[in-house]
Amino acid sequence: MQWITNNLPYLLAGISVGGQYALIAIGYTMVYGILRLINFAHGDIFMAAGLIMVYASASMPFYLSIPLVLVLTVLLGFAVERVAYKPLRQAPRMSVMISAIGVSYLIQNVALYVTGGLSQQYPNIPWLSDTVVVFGAMTKRVTLITPVLTLILIVLLVLLINRTKIGMGMRAVSKDFETSLLMGIKIDNVISVTFIIGSFLAAVGSLLFFTNYTGVTPTVGAMPGLKAFVAAVFGGIGSVPGAVIGAFIIGICENIIKALGWTTFSDAFTFALLILILIFKPTGLFGEKTTDKV
Amino acid sequence: MLKIENLEVAYGGIQALRGISLEVPDGKIVTLIGANGAGKSTTLRTISGLVKAKSGSVQYDGKELLGLPSNKILEAGIAQIPEGRRVFPNLTVLENLKVGAYLRSDKAEIEKDIKWVYELFPRLEERHWQLAGTLSGGEQQMLAVGRGLMSRPKMMMLDEPSLGLAPLVVQDIFSIIREINRQGVTILLVEQNANMALKTADTAYVLETGVITKSGTGLELLNDESIKEAYLGKTRT
Repeated sequence: MQWITNNLPYLLAGISVGGQYALIAIGYTMVYGILRLINFAHGDIFMAAGLIMVYASASMPFYLSIPLVLVLTVLLGFAVERVAYKPLRQAPRMSVMISAIGVSYLIQNVALYVTGGLSQQYPNIPWLSDTVVVFGAMTKRVTLITPVLTLILIVLLVLLINRTKIGMGMRAVSKDFETSLLMGIKIDNVISVTFIIGSFLAAVGSLLFFTNYTGVTPTVGAMPGLKAFVAAVFGGIGSVPGAVIGAFIIGICENIIKALGWTTFSDAFTFALLILILIFKPTGLFGEKTTDKV
Repeated sequence: MLKIENLEVAYGGIQALRGISLEVPDGKIVTLIGANGAGKSTTLRTISGLVKAKSGSVQYDGKELLGLPSNKILEAGIAQIPEGRRVFPNLTVLENLKVGAYLRSDKAEIEKDIKWVYELFPRLEERHWQLAGTLSGGEQQMLAVGRGLMSRPKMMMLDEPSLGLAPLVVQDIFSIIREINRQGVTILLVEQNANMALKTADTAYVLETGVITKSGTGLELLNDESIKEAYLGKTRT
């Protein structure tokens, strides 16, 4: 019993962090699936969502500031695609990637300018940050909410991709741009929807993530962004279920390592995992099935 | 009627079409034959809006198509079945047909058209739940044609539908093309299989390195000595 009480918080934290990584990782994997682009700005959009929350909650109640964060983050993701990626649709993939790196630095530096480089205190969202006791272990309520909310959002997303017209459009565009054009699919709209979904999930992820942390700094998006990216690669980039499973595995493993007392190595583990995956199974756990027949 | 006048297309510095003019009257089957690199696919891709033209005009029922995005051209009633079938391998057969009707929102009519496509290609109905990537080449071509029909086109452009198919399957595809034409769809057919194409077509054009060198009825060209030599495999005696 004592053992459970001692270790359960780590497991819960692992599942919770995994859920947060999953919400970010979906943005990476969906954009990659359609544009074959690693959207380096995604982690920074996640950070921006945190900052928007800091400023919004200072001047309005939570029932207004939370929806505002979601809307503004979605607009930011949408705008980034329209301004920095859409004009490069015909350009080589490398150009788009460099543009993504540029956007990443731009967002970070705007944040630096706005915050003055100081860590901004993230607000305590009532109810979410309340302390609860599970089997004698103390934890914040957000730890329990995260995996549930993540799974609900993922089920909705999978239904959207598999059951709706726009989802069918996404799957078509992800395989073949040109034929999709011939079918009359407006590719730009499909791509925008992808960025909107990715940014929305990143915004939800940021609400959950920062509740457990005290401050938002301009570069705070980098680490969770990178880990979510590793999760997406681990699961097989382009695959939504892959990214989710990868994210949960990474989140749980990191926290088990922390429980073992090797906190210093928890980040190293994630990136060692990336190297191993790239060596032994470059397509990841659920790498693209190839059913093409020529 | 589709009317192309002095159409010029260039990729970088390479001139792919050097001012071609042709007409596709409503209800007819028109074919464009020629060797590799003659500019046949480029012609179709320009009509569909995938490739930008340098100069000239492409008019459909008097409306200029050049410069319009692909979805507007599809809305105008022109569908293209791309070369190499290009079905979506990760979508089921049924979903591929539904993607073909992406621009439409009349659900009941779409259901009707799916039934119509299934009547034309019973094989597709048997396999409607399968991923399109698992179909054979001939079935994929049937699916590509069926998918093209789902937009209810007034005119259908086919880019080498016989490519890589067994002779018997080619016969099937061509008889389907004739059947679709009988049901009122104008056909613009691009082929390397000149023999089949000329036998099927009302009017034919011969394209050589970006220029139309000959035109006439399918039968005329089929009996033309120089065509026989160049495209039908007759040796000089």
